[in-house]
Amino acid sequence: MRIAEIENEIVEEFELFGDDWEGKYEHLIDLGKHLPLIDKQYKTDDRLIKGCQSKVWLHAELKDEKIVFTADSDAIFTKGIVALMIRVLSGHTADEILNAQLKFINETGLIEHLSPTRSNGLLSMIKQMKLDAFAYKNIPIRTNYKLN
Amino acid sequence: METITKNSALNIQRLRQNFPSLSQKVKGKPLVYLGSGATAQKPKQVMDAISNYYQTQNANIHRGVHQLSIEITVAYENALATVQKYLNATLSQEIIFTSCTTESINLVANSFGEKYVKSADEIIIGEMEHHRNLLPWQIRCEEKDAVLKVSTKNNKEELFIDEYKILLASKTKNVAVTHVSNTVGTINPVKEITALAHKKNIPVLVDSLQAVPHMKVDVQALDADYFCFSGHKLFGPTGVGVLYGKEKWLNELPPYKVGGCTVKTIAFEKTEYAELPFKFEAGTPHIEGGIGVGAAINYVNDIGLENFGAYEYELLEYATAKLSVIEGLRILGTAKEKASIISFVIEGVHPLDIATILDKQEIAVRTGHHCTQPLMEHFGIPGTIRVSLVFFNTIEEIDVLVNGIQKAIKMLR
Repeated sequence: MRIAEIENEIVEEFELFGDDWEGKYEHLIDLGKHLPLIDKQYKTDDRLIKGCQSKVWLHAELKDEKIVFTADSDAIFTKGIVALMIRVLSGHTADEILNAQLKFINETGLIEHLSPTRSNGLLSMIKQMKLDAFAYKNIPIRTNYKLN
Repeated sequence: METITKNSALNIQRLRQNFPSLSQKVKGKPLVYLGSGATAQKPKQVMDAISNYYQTQNANIHRGVHQLSIEITVAYENALATVQKYLNATLSQEIIFTSCTTESINLVANSFGEKYVKSADEIIIGEMEHHRNLLPWQIRCEEKDAVLKVSTKNNKEELFIDEYKILLASKTKNVAVTHVSNTVGTINPVKEITALAHKKNIPVLVDSLQAVPHMKVDVQALDADYFCFSGHKLFGPTGVGVLYGKEKWLNELPPYKVGGCTVKTIAFEKTEYAELPFKFEAGTPHIEGGIGVGAAINYVNDIGLENFGAYEYELLEYATAKLSVIEGLRILGTAKEKASIISFVIEGVHPLDIATILDKQEIAVRTGHHCTQPLMEHFGIPGTIRVSLVFFNTIEEIDVLVNGIQKAIKMLR
């Protein structure tokens, strides 16, 4: 599925809840519980995203020329938000990620529910994911030679 | 105990009407404001004073001979005198308006540190200081190659007063201590600390920011050399803080910021700085802020803030008992002398998640490390949920909080 299609799917999913904040939140908590977890070895301080009030570790790797993200957080709502981001961006090429519009963030209305500190955290997260994509875009595919 | 509640209930409901923000409803639910530790709500009297300033008194102080300028200068000086009387300070020039408590402490740490702190000297702070009463001293110590000493506490979050007898040494230049911990609510034995320090002629700075909404304060009784708080915690406006300093100390301190009226004589070759308090009043001050703080103090004088100690204690006891029975909830700070500030964590859930769900129920609490990261490191936690209760809070609001937390836990686990 293309990124825009996944975004639409998420928007429709959240529209079902209407004004029911509890439903929306429970859904987000549920998504958080099913977040593709980062491998323990990558849960390091250099993978922490700055700007989040809760801790978020994000790891990106290249599989068949597509970028796969895994993550973890100590707070469940943050995990839910990360899970959405991963669902949208993970498994796509660097170019697709760099060009992603991410309209779903506004369209789901989730941003209105987030405190400004959380929104800043979300922006940092998006920035990091796009930076990761940019980094991979600039790395030649054959990198299996050793540097001194 | 129950009779106090019943008798005060009517009184509290009447007082709440002074606070327009407390009567607002969001999505049909009344706001439960338990965030006074972050900033207090403001009574209409304070808003009216500020609005009146802009509508009828707006002019700069100490600058003009026209009627408006004279009137506002008098009003501003009256506000300073109101603060002086409220704190029971001896002289009006011992009161300096700053921008906030943080600036008050920075002023002392800079000016005092510059003049008195030398290599290998020592400054003592407490283990539960807010960053504002830690960083300015730490920077000064680093600059001067001095040593920052930290007095420790027991597991109830009470300072070991006897430790001061050991820490206070010939090299000690200053003691800085928080009056009430913003994170765990402990009321520190400031009077005993000043007594011990003064035996060795060492001055003490008291950071009283979290004490002022809960109790009447008296700088002479505490014998504080410097005493700091901000207007916005005492039901006044943001952007204005107070620094009280004993005249003998303030006279000694060099100006912290310079400009405008801080000078007596000025020339390109040499400048002589003005007397107290003018040497600390660089630039046009936050005039309406000062007026607002005066109005806030008049308000707490009118209601008799000191009469609400028993009521707040009752709220604290009730909330502590109700929260304690929630499974997995741990209250941090069980000091015998405690203001109505309660910090807690809940096993298996992040404080931020709890607060997010409380927010949807119109319950305002504070979460995070509360700018006391060393304390969080000590507890080994990322942060807490903090509930601060003041005279306008009610038993019913605590019940709403407890139900809200239970709902949050149910959703999160």
